[in-house]
Amino acid sequence: MHLSLRVWRQKSASAPGRFETYEARHVSPDMSLLEALDGVNEDLIASGGDPIAFDSDCREGICGACSVVIDGIPHGSRHGTTACQLHLRHFRDGATITLEPWRARPFPLIKDLVVDRHAFDRIIEAGGYVSVKTGGAPDGNAIPIPKTNVDRAMDAAVCIGCGACVAACKNASAMLFVASKVSHLSLLPQGRVERERRVLAMVRAMDDAGFGGCTVTGSCEAVCPKNIRIDVIARMNREYGRALLKGGSPELAL
Amino acid sequence: MPIDAHIPSGPLERKWERHKSDLELVHPRNKRKYDVLVVGSGLSGAAAAATLAELGYRVKCFCFQDSARRAHSIAAQGGINAAKNCCNDGDSVSRLFRDTIKGGDFRSREANVYRLAQISVDIIDQCVAQGVPFAREYGGLLQNRSFGGAQVSRTFYARGQTGQQLLLGAYQALSRQISLGNARMFSRTEMLDLVVIDGQAKGIVVRDLVSGEIASHAGDAVVLATGGYANMFYLSTNAKGCNATAAWRAYRRGAFFANPCFTQIHPTCIPVGGEHQSKLTLMSESLRNDGRVWVPRRREDCAKAPGSIPEEDRDYYLERKYPSFGNLAPRDIASRATKEVCDAGRGVGPGGLGVYLDFGDAIRQMGIETMRERYGNLFEMYERIRGENAYEVPMRMYPAMHYTMGGLWVDYHLMSNLPGLFVIGEANFSDHGANRLGASGLMQGLADGYFILPYTIGHYFASGRPSKTPADHPGFAAAEAGVKARLARLLSVQGKRTVTSFHRELGRLLWNDCGMTRSEAGLREALGRIPELRAEFWGDVRVSGSGGEMNADLERANQVADYLELSELVCRDALMRGESCGGHFRTESVTEDGEARRDDAQFAFVAAWECRGADREPMLHKEPLVYEEARMSTRSYR
Repeated sequence: MHLSLRVWRQKSASAPGRFETYEARHVSPDMSLLEALDGVNEDLIASGGDPIAFDSDCREGICGACSVVIDGIPHGSRHGTTACQLHLRHFRDGATITLEPWRARPFPLIKDLVVDRHAFDRIIEAGGYVSVKTGGAPDGNAIPIPKTNVDRAMDAAVCIGCGACVAACKNASAMLFVASKVSHLSLLPQGRVERERRVLAMVRAMDDAGFGGCTVTGSCEAVCPKNIRIDVIARMNREYGRALLKGGSPELAL
Repeated sequence: MPIDAHIPSGPLERKWERHKSDLELVHPRNKRKYDVLVVGSGLSGAAAAATLAELGYRVKCFCFQDSARRAHSIAAQGGINAAKNCCNDGDSVSRLFRDTIKGGDFRSREANVYRLAQISVDIIDQCVAQGVPFAREYGGLLQNRSFGGAQVSRTFYARGQTGQQLLLGAYQALSRQISLGNARMFSRTEMLDLVVIDGQAKGIVVRDLVSGEIASHAGDAVVLATGGYANMFYLSTNAKGCNATAAWRAYRRGAFFANPCFTQIHPTCIPVGGEHQSKLTLMSESLRNDGRVWVPRRREDCAKAPGSIPEEDRDYYLERKYPSFGNLAPRDIASRATKEVCDAGRGVGPGGLGVYLDFGDAIRQMGIETMRERYGNLFEMYERIRGENAYEVPMRMYPAMHYTMGGLWVDYHLMSNLPGLFVIGEANFSDHGANRLGASGLMQGLADGYFILPYTIGHYFASGRPSKTPADHPGFAAAEAGVKARLARLLSVQGKRTVTSFHRELGRLLWNDCGMTRSEAGLREALGRIPELRAEFWGDVRVSGSGGEMNADLERANQVADYLELSELVCRDALMRGESCGGHFRTESVTEDGEARRDDAQFAFVAAWECRGADREPMLHKEPLVYEEARMSTRSYR
């Protein structure tokens, strides 16, 4: 098959950006979209051009590195699929595919399709952990955990931190990302000990990073490659309210 | 020349306990005086960085990814072994030890493996305390499944994403230390050289992958947690960014490289789809708890739809050849058996390079929902890549390059022969011998990072009292200049061939001559061709862009240049080791029934290679493998 790729090119955050169109000839339906980009880059390198910068690592949909808006949708239109797992069999022969970076102020652009997602690391640093040191942990079976709770915790813990939820949201809200971690840990007895401090600190870090508020449009859920549901946001809101009622204050969280 | 692994004396089961209490300590107040550089943020690196920071050392951690959370440990699917005997099926530390030694075909270091089995128990507890959501029974207790090479169920798991959950646990522990100011993270930063001063590792040279800036960091110890070199084969199950540069630069600076020819080919991966293929995807070994591997009995049935082939015309070759382990035969053995049936013309799919992994029986017995719960994400992944629904048609699988047991040589303290250079996780060589068992890689990474290195590194500081090296020592500037010159040289060739074309050619060569089976003739041919290919690379490669910007092509070129050296050492080691053992199968050393024939009289040693400069042959050092407890026997899974 043959595809045209309309790709956002931008040298750096301060340089002006523009779309450029590249022809991906002789691609096969069994190729992934990123493999088609690899092919375009090979041609560009061979002809003395400037290859397209894009993030990608595991190519199995688990590392969360890839981050491309495909025809207006983060990771493309296939439900529950990262860009690296999106294969060309889902596109029409001869189609033009538009590729853009995540566009959100807290994710400044680095080059072409590559953005800086450190804001997510800072949110986890604010409280997305259980404060235990190595050593001295009690037996893993010392506290039985109901299977349903573990399963629900796991449903949230599968977040790969790609940032598609932010890219899809008109407010550039990171609620789905933050709520996934808050839900994962608050559903487990190990994480309950510091649940109030955690949710207050993480929400504050989210706000400080410049992410917008949630207006419950559900666009994050629609694009999440791991099918995380917005129920987690409801759980986080409840955790947040609970923390405030228990006397916590967002200002004291950090 | 024999080398000393510094294995403590005393009975095997008490070595580590006794040794731990003999190790010298650094006073808590003095730990702040030591800088530790941890390169890599996967399971072993993140675990080590977090734990060392908790102890009070000043830690800097480096990774090439944009976040520590994306290291390739995240892709490990099936699980992590631990001798907790939760299933009451007779498991114990000594059984896990024996399974691992046997799985490695008696080419691993006994004392290290025993310690690993002992520590395995603590790892699970640590991870649970961090909030890792391991699968649980309805009663709330931890659940297990089986993995290859074991007859007990000792594998703990979190759906098909165990590596992800364990890595996030370590990443979160590290994040906490970063927020406390005890650790600093340098992401999108790649180590390009090791700085050795007066024979001791004293720092690293790195490139900022965003700005292209070359800088160096001084430290009192350097910890390499940089993974394996499977990507040397171009097509492997590793992430695209995994590379051997840090380990190879350390080798070039004097660290010994051990057993480089011990590479692992995983039996169940999604077959190559075509020339465009950028990497291969593994389907977890755990699937073989319920999936059955088969090919048609007759060659003429190979093109038929699998559902139309009746039971009596199917050959469940693993169950037939290895009745006591069946589909969960170890990886090296299962991979060779698969190659054998495909070579005999009974493979399925394009090119006859595939076998079926069939869940029909399991679905009939337990229902689709149980399968979905156990492996849902893996079936989805398969569907994404192949466009087929494995609940209805069997998966098609073929072996692929997956893991490297070989790596930098380390002693019992996980320190290389260069004082101050520690190597942990897949990057070292010590625990898996000639073949790693499934679900043991995660175990080793976390054992090294959480529970071994934090003790032994303190001993190095306390007992050796290594001298402080100022960051303005000329050794750093010299190493930086070397790195800059090399990158400039790569950019200046401006030839006709792309980096990828060289990498693909090298990969094909290695897969054919140094892959699942190896022969003297093939290895000699490879050893003739690799230097030619290397010369072609340096004479005709085309690297785009400049060094002063984000430039993936330059990063890749630098890595491939190292593969073109490392691959020669791998083939040299494979040629030297004239026996078959584990994943290293020499066609000249085979038993009558086609299994690997080990030669303990000649080859019961670790081959540690010393670099003597680019234009001289490396020197072989032998560390004899002495077994006090395990009995060297012929490995059988029949």
